[in-house]
Amino acid sequence: MAEDSKHLEVTLETQVESVNLAEEMCLRVAEAAGFGEDDCYRIGMSVREGVINAFHYGNEERPEKKIHLTLDLTPEKMIIHVLDEGKGFDLGSVPDPVAEENLLSTSGRGIFLMRAFMDEFKVVPGRTGGAEIIMSKKLPSAGNPATNGESGHGAAPKQEA
Amino acid sequence: MALRATYRDASGVTVVDISGRITLGEGSALLRKTIRELLDEQRTLILLNLADVDYIDSSGIGELVSAYMGVKNRGGTMKLLQLTKKVHDLLQLTKLFTVFEVYSDENSALRSYR
Repeated sequence: MAEDSKHLEVTLETQVESVNLAEEMCLRVAEAAGFGEDDCYRIGMSVREGVINAFHYGNEERPEKKIHLTLDLTPEKMIIHVLDEGKGFDLGSVPDPVAEENLLSTSGRGIFLMRAFMDEFKVVPGRTGGAEIIMSKKLPSAGNPATNGESGHGAAPKQEA
Repeated sequence: MALRATYRDASGVTVVDISGRITLGEGSALLRKTIRELLDEQRTLILLNLADVDYIDSSGIGELVSAYMGVKNRGGTMKLLQLTKKVHDLLQLTKLFTVFEVYSDENSALRSYR
């Protein structure tokens, strides 16, 4: 990691409280990094959804498993990793929540929101054998024109990075 | 901010005033409990006033859909009132505007039940 980059790692318990904790932690970093209010909202929501995914789907709410959250702040972007200790999953098998037949589904919108709110998003096999979500947002100072977000909310989800 | 929900009668419709965040955990659970109580009391015309709800995550969205379906399955109708910008944008993004009936003022919403 370069000297002008910052790295933060935290291991979270598989419990509901970890979702709020992760969101609050990432929001503080995002605010300190200079992201505007709308981008902070999108980053916070994406972290929530990543940790909910790890809590519920990855670790299946089993308290003996952990959620590994990593933040990297480079001069260009904020990169977030959420790693669970589950069995991993195939992103291609996740149903599209905005397809007509899925609109009344009571779950399955988390990945859609992360894709919509972040600049880059992908899921890779993690070192634990679980799924690792990797997502990033360009820093306002790195030439991102949508720091306070007139785009994004209505934007189509991004393709995999 | 923890979720709070109170309800009142207005022209035969039960208006549920909600404030706080509808998110995984207590927020979603309280909404579920409130809707269940209303249905148990045979209140099936429900208007959720979300004027003071500034944050909903995917669990909260799921709970809104679940509430909508629960009311519909009991022969009732659930509509939404006064969305904040973030909630409005979120429902637009997830295409749930095509599912929920949404009103910006209470009188219009109440008239729509007649």
